[in-house]
Amino acid sequence: MSNPGVGIDTHTQSGEGPAIAGRPPRVALVGNPNTGKTTLYNALTGFRHHVANYPGVTVSIAHGFVREATRPMELYDLPGTYSLAAASPDEAIVTDTLCGHGEVAPKPDAIIAIVDASNLTRNLYLVSQVLEYRLPMVIALNMVDVAESRGLSINAARLSQRLGVPVVPVVATKPSTVKPLIAAVEAVLERPASANGVKLPPALVHEAERLVTCETCACAPTQAVRLLLYKGGHAEATYQRCGGSLEHLEQCREKLRKAGIDGPLIEVQARYAWVNDVVGGVIMRPDRPIETWSDRIDSILTHPVGGMVALILVLYGVFWSLFSGAGPLMDLVDGAFGALGRLVAGWLPEGVLSSLIVDGVIAGVGGVLVFLPQILILFAAIAILEDCGYLARAASMMDRVMRTIGLSGRAFIPLLSAFACAVPAIMGTRAIADRRERFLTIMLAPFMSCSARLPVYAVMIATFVPATKLLGGWIGVQPLVMLAMYSIGIVVSIPVAWLLRRTLLAGPAAGFVLELPSYKWPQPRVVYQRVYQAGKSFIVRAGTVILVVNMIVWALAYFPRSESTRSAVEQQIQAGGWDDATREHELASAYLRDSYLGHMGRSIEPVIAPIGWDWKIGVAVIASFPAREVVVATLGTLFHLEDDAETESLRAALRAARVDHTDRPLFTLPVALSIMVFFALCAQCGATLAVMGREMGSWIYPVISFVGMTTLAYFAAWGVAAAARALMNV
Amino acid sequence: MSLASVPNRRCVRITGVRHGGMSCRLMEMGLITGAEVRVLRRAPLGDPLQIRVGDCELAVRASDADLIDVVDL
Repeated sequence: MSNPGVGIDTHTQSGEGPAIAGRPPRVALVGNPNTGKTTLYNALTGFRHHVANYPGVTVSIAHGFVREATRPMELYDLPGTYSLAAASPDEAIVTDTLCGHGEVAPKPDAIIAIVDASNLTRNLYLVSQVLEYRLPMVIALNMVDVAESRGLSINAARLSQRLGVPVVPVVATKPSTVKPLIAAVEAVLERPASANGVKLPPALVHEAERLVTCETCACAPTQAVRLLLYKGGHAEATYQRCGGSLEHLEQCREKLRKAGIDGPLIEVQARYAWVNDVVGGVIMRPDRPIETWSDRIDSILTHPVGGMVALILVLYGVFWSLFSGAGPLMDLVDGAFGALGRLVAGWLPEGVLSSLIVDGVIAGVGGVLVFLPQILILFAAIAILEDCGYLARAASMMDRVMRTIGLSGRAFIPLLSAFACAVPAIMGTRAIADRRERFLTIMLAPFMSCSARLPVYAVMIATFVPATKLLGGWIGVQPLVMLAMYSIGIVVSIPVAWLLRRTLLAGPAAGFVLELPSYKWPQPRVVYQRVYQAGKSFIVRAGTVILVVNMIVWALAYFPRSESTRSAVEQQIQAGGWDDATREHELASAYLRDSYLGHMGRSIEPVIAPIGWDWKIGVAVIASFPAREVVVATLGTLFHLEDDAETESLRAALRAARVDHTDRPLFTLPVALSIMVFFALCAQCGATLAVMGREMGSWIYPVISFVGMTTLAYFAAWGVAAAARALMNV
Repeated sequence: MSLASVPNRRCVRITGVRHGGMSCRLMEMGLITGAEVRVLRRAPLGDPLQIRVGDCELAVRASDADLIDVVDL
């Protein structure tokens, strides 16, 4: 290598050719966010990919084989980053992977660095860092069309000459244009080019060199530079983990400080000086900046008044499509699984196996899949808004609001996703660099009213809230109550955030800088992939947990199934002369009453009695731990319903339900409201708690969340019931 | 003068970035001494600022923009 990155002489791969024995070469795709990285990945792999979940880590990145390569070549899509200074978990993944000690992807044999031609200077900053890992590299120059629309033209040949690595213009949205890129990658794998890197101050290079020789853990010299300049960063954590002495590091830093080298500024300046040298004569600019249609759209969509109106309209549109679009699909899924259950129940002889398959497995799988339509629709809407560039504007407009609760605009998107399901929302917080902000966002996500709460609200509102119209028939009471249920989580999350910011997650508030990419038409493939990922992560991560907990609840509700229960009911049947259907229902509810779950319901009765709940509601609350909507099915079983999918009959049964041994109706408006409020605020979701524990790396947080939210939900339910009773004088 | 006090649609040149807040990230994004910055507009609630540096548009909080010293072009 003629001019190694930071001028440190260590053994490099160049000249030796790729040292790959008996496996396809691995190529990593790196680049800034918003450069069309995922689109290029799709174009290269022909949209066939496999997302790997590596044990012990929470991040999954796509990898697949490059289509149209002359020999097999594996491609890894690393998260988009602006820098390798590793401030966020995503950046740490890229750094670790390039070092070869990442847990997410193996060390690549070559790198494709994608750069945005319309924003070349900033993109080359990352390239200058990646070059220093001295891996064979090709630059994919994307978005040349956007650059041209702004009157910029890029001389790719000259750029390649300056950098010392091949630069291949591509149009990532047109898969046919990526062939030369594949050829270039194959060429550098055979014969690595010698890259021209940034020259850093000699004193810094000298110290970095010494640190590399005395600490074997520093995998690349550039890592050592970072270690010296960034106090308390990811490099320092890695250094300490493999036994590096902090004292020694401080001595090295002190020496540098005396030489006038302190903090990251020196590196940033050296890199931008290098980048400016590189791009001189490479980028041709128009004499006057061209106002693009993107600029004109932005002057409306981020206008002080128009911007807010647009944001409200967009959010309204998203939720409207969510409710009007998902409803019929959810009914379809619900109906299909109900029918399947009845079909299987007809085939199998009555007994434990039939009950396990019908009530445990089929009902469990159906209970998971019923939420898929809402999740897919919301994620499609979010993916479209994100890909066209609007979501970045929405996040920046919301920053001022989010800041009041100790968050930033960045938390807006995950919290919006949480209205469909907290599980993909929690996983979407990985892009938040600040740990406290990320944790706070995760802990607030379950407060947003997810799709599992909707069936609970729907049944309770349709049954017990009067269909009165207010304001001359314009506003119904029922939609108002529904809106109140969606708002309650948001309203309550404000004091909760305040409290968490002062206790568990105390510390300085996170900063906020967000790139606002140019508007563009959303790419159907990118949208499809987002939706697919969200759906898959929901089914895999949430679905499996929901299914397992559902089985446990089924077992608790099924056993012990004693003979004495049966004979007691048989006696009553003979005395009462009931028909077959009534007999079935009586028996089912008697079994449930005498099951372990029934006992648990009765044991918590003293606690829930003040709200006006009896043991049956207690059973429903316990049974709905895996997923909130199970409460509807459980109520169906408890109140003698053969088919809990028929909500009309469930409503009638709920209205007819009486408090045991009295004529008093069990469900009144206060009780219905308290059930809704309880489910709006409780953390009755095993999947969310499991993902929380995994993402936060500690089981303390889900435990705190569960205990805290359940307590809050209990008192809120009690308060609402008491207030409603006082108002209604009952 | 700090970037936070620059009125909308005005171009300025950075003379220095003080340490604190998001200063590291801002520098990495190209807000370094000598760079030209244009304040495009402010978000509906007055904060953050929407700025253009180089070919890139960023949303920057006023508190972070306050760390950036600028002069009129």
